[in-house]
Amino acid sequence: MPAILTKKDRKIIKDALWDSNPITFQVLGICSALAVTVQLKTALVMCAALTFVVAMSNTVISLLRNYIPSKIRIIIELTVISSLVICADQFLKAYMYDVSKQLSVFVGLIITNCIVMGRAEAYAMANPPFKSFLDGLGNGLGYSAVLILVAVFREILGSGTLLGLHVIPEFLYQHGYVNCGVMVLAPGAFFLLGAIIWVQRALSGYTEAN
Amino acid sequence: MVEYVSLAVKSIFVENILLAYFLGMCSFLACSKKVETAVGLGIAVIFVLTITTPVNWAVRAFLLKKGALAWAGLPNVDLSFLSFLAYIAVIAAMVQIVEMVIDRFSPKLYSALGIFLPLIAVNCAILGASLFMDQRDYNFPESLVYGFGSGVGWALAIIAMSAIRKKLGYSNIPDSLKGLGITMMLTGLMAMGFMCFAGISL
Repeated sequence: MPAILTKKDRKIIKDALWDSNPITFQVLGICSALAVTVQLKTALVMCAALTFVVAMSNTVISLLRNYIPSKIRIIIELTVISSLVICADQFLKAYMYDVSKQLSVFVGLIITNCIVMGRAEAYAMANPPFKSFLDGLGNGLGYSAVLILVAVFREILGSGTLLGLHVIPEFLYQHGYVNCGVMVLAPGAFFLLGAIIWVQRALSGYTEAN
Repeated sequence: MVEYVSLAVKSIFVENILLAYFLGMCSFLACSKKVETAVGLGIAVIFVLTITTPVNWAVRAFLLKKGALAWAGLPNVDLSFLSFLAYIAVIAAMVQIVEMVIDRFSPKLYSALGIFLPLIAVNCAILGASLFMDQRDYNFPESLVYGFGSGVGWALAIIAMSAIRKKLGYSNIPDSLKGLGITMMLTGLMAMGFMCFAGISL
């Protein structure tokens, strides 16, 4: 039985997850990565929404790629992406109202997330639909991996919970442990992401030319 | 009058669109290597935000909001689900128009800002300001002040950052922390500095 994903297909996904991760290597889509990571729950919902949008938009744009005039391609890409984001937003409002309230404007900001535009422009315009779908999926998951990592650290260190459940044992608090307040605020997100980028680049041996 | 001043101060310092809401990070990280570039981009962002936020306010108030189409005899129509599409289209169109107008009337300004304007259409800070305007239900003067204030706050942050990064050239940073990593941490420190303003009650 032939595998659904060939070796090449797997490589498309793996590249996007580790070797050219959209956040740590290409420096894309950081805006929303930081804003929604105070709690793991919102981060998970955001990841699902973004992965859906980037995979679908890559597929749609790749299907249309031979009919899009190159002069107005940006506005067409934006239209496709924002229609998909509207779908995702309406879905969240209908079925997960409280999470959608917490995410506030950041679902809408998926439109201007550079990952979505960047993949549409760099990959989907030049590749067949299935490959573009995989590329979108891989990039969405690569983004999700970083987002979830940041969110796990921020929620445990900042509020001592994970998905709303207490994970720091009570006796630590009795011995004077306090939650690290800075993790809940904006600077904590910056420090953590900086550290994650540091670790990932140290492991893969990548350095930025000055 | 006082409430507009306080809204401006709030959007520039206390709720800085970049340091408190993380909007416009991509171009902030990519274009803060040189002070000149940062100043150019900062001015372009102020310019575009001051124009697009009120224009999007008008689009919302007269076309999208529930009951906004009453003037056309359709008081029960609620088009607010189209807001994302409408806002991003308005922003892309406004950026294009601004680019053409500047090119026609001030070639000097155009050559300074020209390369940055197309970049700005997909800057999350621009769309973010419009979405916040929508969410917080600002009126016309408020949206004007908010757009301008957010732009100034963003410009302030990127110009300060580019100056810091220039100094950073002389310091000895671990290899894999160079570039993006250290910039993120510095932004964190800057965000901490800006949090001092949070205690100001206006």
